[in-house]
Amino acid sequence: MTHTIEVRDLTVRYGDTVAVDGLDLRLAGGKIHGLLGRNGSGKTSLLSAIAAFRRATSGEVLIDGRPVFETPDVVADICFIRGAGDTVVNDWPDDKVKHALSFAATVRPHWDGALADELLERFELPRATRIGELSRGQRSALGITLGLASRAPVTVFDESYLGMDAPSRYAFYDLLLADVAEHPRTIVISTHHIEEVARIFEEVVIIDHGRLVLQGDADELRGKGATVTGEAGAVEAFVTGRDVLETRRLGPTGAATVFGDLSEQDRRQAKQAGLEIGPVPLQDLFVHLTESTHRVVRNGSPS
Amino acid sequence: MFDDGSPIYRQIADRIRADVISGTLAGDEQVMSTTQYATHFRINPATAAKAFQQLVDEGVLYKRRGIGMFVAPDARDRLREQHRSRFFEDVVDPMVAQAAAVGIPLADVVEHLQQRTETPDPGATEQAER
Repeated sequence: MTHTIEVRDLTVRYGDTVAVDGLDLRLAGGKIHGLLGRNGSGKTSLLSAIAAFRRATSGEVLIDGRPVFETPDVVADICFIRGAGDTVVNDWPDDKVKHALSFAATVRPHWDGALADELLERFELPRATRIGELSRGQRSALGITLGLASRAPVTVFDESYLGMDAPSRYAFYDLLLADVAEHPRTIVISTHHIEEVARIFEEVVIIDHGRLVLQGDADELRGKGATVTGEAGAVEAFVTGRDVLETRRLGPTGAATVFGDLSEQDRRQAKQAGLEIGPVPLQDLFVHLTESTHRVVRNGSPS
Repeated sequence: MFDDGSPIYRQIADRIRADVISGTLAGDEQVMSTTQYATHFRINPATAAKAFQQLVDEGVLYKRRGIGMFVAPDARDRLREQHRSRFFEDVVDPMVAQAAAVGIPLADVVEHLQQRTETPDPGATEQAER
């Protein structure tokens, strides 16, 4: 049981709006996956379908080959934490933090109360405060506490750090890494804080308009983009035939952002042509890949 | 701590190699575990594991089952040998090219190098060792 998630030809539609559009995706068990996408790209709809919170319009989601929707013992293994702990607040505005914890303890088969205590202390969350009175950051911290302490074999965090300050977010990353090292499980995190959190992902999935743009090894992606700057003609000659994400021109100088591995030979060739090669931060790569003009399915898996 | 230009696993591997070359990590010394590395640098454990695996494949590190990763006794000598073989290509050739680009005659470069050897600076003690 590795709890591999398999999304097959999934479509989620609300009236005329297609949120997820015939998506095929495999999230390998026991890894931390990052789900990136712009607002409205279908992230939450996809995650809701994975967690069986929402019925697919068509297609299906399987965990280790078993459909999640209306399969209670599969669903029991999934914990879905939505942004800023929304679920928690809507369900129990008048209950206290401690009630949310004791409820989770009864419904979560792998619940770890000691871990929950440690997290509450780390996030400085008061147990006796009513959930409706928590600040946004505190609600997020409660959501994260419930998610991590559930030790669910499949744990999904959808923008769960909203309103949390940087030290609390870093604490979340540290606690997640430490806990997953001891208790391996499948984690899916959707985020906008790409630079900050990308290092803790093993795999990255980028979706746009409900479709897959790219899936691949997160660390390999770091070296995948390059900027090429120099005399415009030389830049154009160098990037011809490559996957060009963006070109800019300033007088005689050209700059292009390319996607794909550059070999040692490519780099030498660029240098000989007087071109400068620079790195592309992951955040920029994400922006380029999700800009309207480039919607090609790419497989960024290590070659 | 890590730059954007290349995968983190390569940067980790480079750093460990540099520590071995400089002697910061001695032969048969234990290196941090994958988990320690991951939590310390706040990175995915698979990324750290990949760096270690590459170094094991290269013979820089070796595994002791159930205990951890250690620096191979001959790692330093081998890495130094590798760097020596690439020295002219990696360091001298670009320097010569740069000298040419700014109009310094090669003879001036040679003369400068000779002056350096006549008055050795304290940083060059590594040479004497060999």
